[in-house]
Amino acid sequence: MTVPLLEVRNLRVEFPTRRGTLVALDDVSFSIAPGEVLGVVGESGAGKSMTGAAIIGLLEPPGRIAGGQILLNGRRIDNLPYAELRRIRGREIGAIFQDPLTTLNPLYTVGRQLVETMTTHLPLNPAQARAKAIEWLELVGIPAASQRIDSYPHEFSGGMRQRVVIALALCAEPKLIVADEPTTALDVSIQAQVIALLKSLAREKGTSMMLVTHDMGVIAETADRVAVMYAGRIVEIGAVRRVVQHAAHPYSSGLMGSIPPVGRRLDRLQQIDGAMPRLSAIPRGCPYNPRCPQVFDRCRVERPELMPAEGNLAACWLYDGAPQHA
Amino acid sequence: MSDAALRRPGALRRMLDSDLWWSFSHSPVTVASAIVALVCIGGAVLAPWIAPHNPFDLASLQLMDAFKPPAWEADGDPSYLLGTDDQGRDVLSAIMYGARVSLLVGFCAVLLSVTIGITAGLAAGYLGGTVDAVLMRIADIKLTFPTILIALLIDGVVRAALPREVHDQIALYVVIFAIGISNWPSFARTVRGSTLVERNKEYVQAARVIGISRARIMVSHVLPNVLGPVLVIATLNLGFAVLAEATLSFLGVGVPPTQPSLGTLIRIGNDFLFSGEWWITIFPGIALILLVLSVNLLGDWLRDALNPKLR
Amino acid sequence: MFAFIVNRLLQALPVMLTVSLLSFAMFAYVGDPVAIMLGQDYTIAQRDALIADLGLDQPFFVQFGKFVWNALQGEFGLSYRLSRPVAQLIVERAPATLELALCAAFLALAVGVPMGVYTGLYRHSWLSRFFLTFSLIGVSLPTFLIGILLILVFSVWLGWLPSFGRGDTVNLGWWSTGLLTWSGLKALILPSITLGLFQLTLIMRLVRAEMMEVLRTDYIKFARARGLTNRAVHFGHALKNTLVPVITITGLQLGAIIAFAIVTETVFQWPGMGLLFIQSVGVADIPVMSAYLLLIALMFVTINLIVDLLYYAVDPRLRIGRGKGAH
Repeated sequence: MTVPLLEVRNLRVEFPTRRGTLVALDDVSFSIAPGEVLGVVGESGAGKSMTGAAIIGLLEPPGRIAGGQILLNGRRIDNLPYAELRRIRGREIGAIFQDPLTTLNPLYTVGRQLVETMTTHLPLNPAQARAKAIEWLELVGIPAASQRIDSYPHEFSGGMRQRVVIALALCAEPKLIVADEPTTALDVSIQAQVIALLKSLAREKGTSMMLVTHDMGVIAETADRVAVMYAGRIVEIGAVRRVVQHAAHPYSSGLMGSIPPVGRRLDRLQQIDGAMPRLSAIPRGCPYNPRCPQVFDRCRVERPELMPAEGNLAACWLYDGAPQHA
Repeated sequence: MSDAALRRPGALRRMLDSDLWWSFSHSPVTVASAIVALVCIGGAVLAPWIAPHNPFDLASLQLMDAFKPPAWEADGDPSYLLGTDDQGRDVLSAIMYGARVSLLVGFCAVLLSVTIGITAGLAAGYLGGTVDAVLMRIADIKLTFPTILIALLIDGVVRAALPREVHDQIALYVVIFAIGISNWPSFARTVRGSTLVERNKEYVQAARVIGISRARIMVSHVLPNVLGPVLVIATLNLGFAVLAEATLSFLGVGVPPTQPSLGTLIRIGNDFLFSGEWWITIFPGIALILLVLSVNLLGDWLRDALNPKLR
Repeated sequence: MFAFIVNRLLQALPVMLTVSLLSFAMFAYVGDPVAIMLGQDYTIAQRDALIADLGLDQPFFVQFGKFVWNALQGEFGLSYRLSRPVAQLIVERAPATLELALCAAFLALAVGVPMGVYTGLYRHSWLSRFFLTFSLIGVSLPTFLIGILLILVFSVWLGWLPSFGRGDTVNLGWWSTGLLTWSGLKALILPSITLGLFQLTLIMRLVRAEMMEVLRTDYIKFARARGLTNRAVHFGHALKNTLVPVITITGLQLGAIIAFAIVTETVFQWPGMGLLFIQSVGVADIPVMSAYLLLIALMFVTINLIVDLLYYAVDPRLRIGRGKGAH
């Protein structure tokens, strides 16, 4: 077993508000091995993006890390001063955001944005950085890169802009990429291309990736492992194939049930009744208990921790002391 | 029309929503400025009853009492707390009466702006097309020219067109008109935006189908929605209107000297600045600052508290 | 680029035309210029001669055309009050106003923009709170009162700076400047502060609001996520985006400065166009008023054009779609 590249231990993120403190992330723990792709799924508001933001140290104020640790290569980074964390961002952890239309500065050419990222982190002079920038644009599939380098973001289509964003995230050769819904804002026809590009680049460079999405299809195709989040907690984590085929947590199986199967006719997709609780009104015990079809008394009182279940880890009392399936 | 809408009970209840009250009572600056504003407005409105002297009662003026410094200075007279001017008028009383004129002009001018603005905004949003284009173009041009300049031009034209005696009589209304007419575009824009949003909503279409006139729907549904922003702009505009009036009066083209406003008092006092009688101009100046500052602070707070996307 | 300018000029035309019409209507119909110019005693023949001379017996559009034609050549007639050509009066006084306005604008920008950037970046520092309080007072203080207070402190009490006039001026051709003499510079200080303070606070509040808005955008977050230094993020990415709206408002404010110069010039008896105008309003000197109105409109239109050009330079999004890609 190799040392994990990223390790998140008992992460807790709070938002102080006028009406009391909201717990946005509660006791979130996971790790990512070098070269591994971890998918993170869940409904909107489950805390997926928040986890990514906490890792790159860019939580929106007043949100703050209230407990737990984040380790990169065994070194704690959650408590680093801003200036030191800045050197890690871009250089060791790259980020890709959701909407390529708004992530690029409209007033600078893409070349300039690439060059400034590389010269900030790598020992390159501007001319070398520019040559590398053209290489990167070619690598992410921008045609006529040596001309397009001096174009402004608004001169690219959405898919092309996301390719530029990917180049920007990768150009200082980080070991980890936090990709927050990288395809959600794109046309369906472009999504697959961008995911394929991301996947092949990550493999080629040996980069690990934390891929946040609500699209199980993307996860199934791209990730090695998957973490399912619900109401600020991880409810299940395990190998992708295992979770997709034998989801242990009732929420995960509900989520998997809502994916249309390929090659099999179905009259109706399964759906999960109700809505995720608001952060200000998370129920006692298991947060999923009001919606859970298999709920029993203990779920309403005691909060389950992650425990072995179906070959994965799931936070569900169904598996407490239950004999493990082979 | 707009008045009736402003006083709708439903809207009022929404204004006194608990969040608003919470943010008010938790902001000491806001509470303080509310108190200062109330004192200023109260002192102005009640001037004829609570002012220590009547500065317009020529019989009571004593030239012997001219140029008395404030009461706490060596030659001060305790009956003239803030001293007297060149005519022996009590500065404090003059300020109270002056604030009355300033506030009268300010309120009336804002009322005029609100009325024109809401009408123009509703018309532009509701009728659309050419009316909208023309009205908004006028608003644009209007916004380009500073209030003071427009007011000065209006005043100058009226002055040229009418004999002096007539002009002095209607000068107050001219000032109100000049200031009110310059400030309506900001109201019109807000109301227009809201009208455009509302116009295409389904209930408006539905109401039209069952034969209720669309104009009536606009008035009864759009107005309550824009109440918050209009109130914010109106509060901030009251400060500007009072300042504009003071500036015009200071320039000698505002209200006539027979009805001195704070600006007039400052202008008169300004002549004595160099001879050492600073209090004649400084106290009305401080009164003006306190009034405008407290109103502006209230407006600022109201804007943040209601948090509409203004400007 | 050329098409862009032509387009903007065409947009400015109706504004100028409207203002000229207003200006002309004032000139032709307000008051009775004939009676004013002739004084008390005149014969019918004199009166008719003057009416014919002024062209007042001709149809409206002919008169208006003549008015515009004359205005284009800088002919605005005689001042009723001073019996001198209006154009000459304005040319004499323009340098004083322009020097004052430019100094005030420079002050407002040079101090207001950094203060706005600072308060936008460090929202909760005590210095920011101080600046904000200061700005609120600045917005609430009327220009003339600032002038009076400055005179009271620096002229009356301390006796450091002059309270009125331009000091000694030097003539460079027809332009008289106070910038080249010590007393001229000293005389500029108080009026410039008076005139610039309001704009300064306005610009500061605007820059702050824009800065805060821009700092919330995704591209700033992404710039941070790329590990750029704070310096690059704040002064490269954020400030440049902040400038786009700031340029417009600043341009409009330059117009406001020229208008507010009327007040400042009155307080400091500054011999500029504003003082001329206010004196003319007092006695209904219509030719001066209408000429001033036209001139101000012209300045506004020019400033707007410059603002549009600056926009064009800063924001590449405007450049596309005009048949020419970047570079």
